[in-house]
Amino acid sequence: MKEFIQPAAIYVMWLREIKRFIRAKSRLISTIIQPFFFLAILGSGIRTISFPGSTLQGNYLDFLAPGIITMSILFSSMFAGVSILWDKQFGFLQEVLVAPVSRLSIIIGRTLGGASTALVQGFIILGASFILGVNFSSIPGIVLAILLMFFISCSSVGLGLIFASRMQDFQGFQLFMNLIMLPLLMLSGAFFPVTTETPLYYVAIFNPVFYMVDGLRATLIGTQYATNPLSLDIAIIIALFTLFMLLGSYLFSKSEA
Amino acid sequence: MSVQNKTSIIQTTNLHKNFDDFTAVDQLNIEVKTGEIYGFLGPNGAGKTTTIKMLTTLLNPTSGTATLTGYDIKKQRHNVRTHIGVVFQEPALDSELTGKENLDFHGRMYNLDRKTRQQRIQEVLKLVDLTTKEDVLVKNYSGGMKRRLEIARGLMHKPTILFLDEPTLGLDSQTRQAIWAYIKKLNKDHKTTIFLTTHYMDEADHLCDRISIIDQGKILVTDTPTQLKNNVGDDVISLQSTHQDAFKRLLEQQEWVNQIKTTDEKTLNLGVQSGEEKIPLVFSLAIQNSITIKTITLHRPTLDDVFIHYTGRTMRQSKENPLKAQMIRTRRYRR
Repeated sequence: MKEFIQPAAIYVMWLREIKRFIRAKSRLISTIIQPFFFLAILGSGIRTISFPGSTLQGNYLDFLAPGIITMSILFSSMFAGVSILWDKQFGFLQEVLVAPVSRLSIIIGRTLGGASTALVQGFIILGASFILGVNFSSIPGIVLAILLMFFISCSSVGLGLIFASRMQDFQGFQLFMNLIMLPLLMLSGAFFPVTTETPLYYVAIFNPVFYMVDGLRATLIGTQYATNPLSLDIAIIIALFTLFMLLGSYLFSKSEA
Repeated sequence: MSVQNKTSIIQTTNLHKNFDDFTAVDQLNIEVKTGEIYGFLGPNGAGKTTTIKMLTTLLNPTSGTATLTGYDIKKQRHNVRTHIGVVFQEPALDSELTGKENLDFHGRMYNLDRKTRQQRIQEVLKLVDLTTKEDVLVKNYSGGMKRRLEIARGLMHKPTILFLDEPTLGLDSQTRQAIWAYIKKLNKDHKTTIFLTTHYMDEADHLCDRISIIDQGKILVTDTPTQLKNNVGDDVISLQSTHQDAFKRLLEQQEWVNQIKTTDEKTLNLGVQSGEEKIPLVFSLAIQNSITIKTITLHRPTLDDVFIHYTGRTMRQSKENPLKAQMIRTRRYRR
């Protein structure tokens, strides 16, 4: 039991993710280009916003940027989690599982690796937003946002691992992304505001992505754009992180190669 | 089989695995001795890989258990894992990494320090003759190179027991020979116990000290290749000579000839033990009696014959035509 957390193994699992990430250039480019287009085209097409039932007024690009960053992080880290299916298919998972390394160390290394690559993409979108002229709140706000981004991507890798442990191939994952993740994102307030007055709010409170987008918006742009109190967003983001990480590790440790 | 043996390194106790209704491994009791090359010979789907996966802690047995170097595969997985190296049937390499990076990954997973890692990587790369390809991405490797790299990786942490699941599947004969040589050398130089599965008869024959024939999850027989072949029957010497009838009468008087048959008019078939030692006797007998031998061949029972002997069908039949194999077996039982 003293060998439960092995730094060497965690490091090498992380290192492998990073190396693969740097080498898979097409994946890197496509995951950056897509959110960038959202931001540049949607953000410059719609200059100002005034939504019915909402008192919110202001620059749409400012409103949109946190939503796009959330989207980018969610998708790429979930992909990183689910990509363990590749390892299963190509047999590499056996090499990992037969090594004298605790399952927890494997999960931690893998999650940190996936989260790192997702964060790099998040940072690139963040930089792009800055260039496009998004008005950020403050340095402490951005630092807090980066911390939240880390938790969001870890929980998303965890969710990916949960899926990977239940599935044999990628088809189910595609279906999940299109049928569940896309509606969740649409109803999260990433693209238009969800305020307490609209009926949509009562759907959104059950949507985990809602709190992620809201939390990033409050920290990056300003609390006046946010629907929930920041403390609630943070609490839920950390709760999701804990839940998905524990469940992901548990299911992974049970899975057989 | 002797249950208590000081030199046994792998010992299974009623090891059993079901997949839903299908029994893959059926109450397996085997014993592998320290330092031997032990082979699992059987057709595809006989339960070879499932057994390896259970022994290497990748699959949980449905019931029963096994010990490796004294550690239980269910309760002391970590200890088991530190003592074994595995070369899987399907390639288990990261194709996005170079050969060297794959080995480095492995070294770190087995907690080798930097100096040991670098030294071992060079050693094993040299062993499998891949030193010049160390910085090439594995996805650009040929099938044989991948297999060699995997074997190199299995050796990196100097395991006590090395598992090889179909080590030469789909390789050309040159590479097979090279890999066989590595396996023998490893076993000899490092005293590594080797557990290998194969469905190639010649491979089992060439490499293994002892072989178990496995079919439908059960061990049919375990013995040395030579003994297995001897159990099946005599070697057969077929010959043609200038005076067949006279020679036949002479040979009938020799006590080392167990059986004489004439298949066609011209050929004599002698059933003997250790045929290679009897050919000179045949010749000297012919010379003493001024008989000239025109042709002579020695046929020794192969493991193919052994397999047919124990299962009632050839490997090919069992693999490609289970129904026909079934019929053959039924017929055998009726007889």
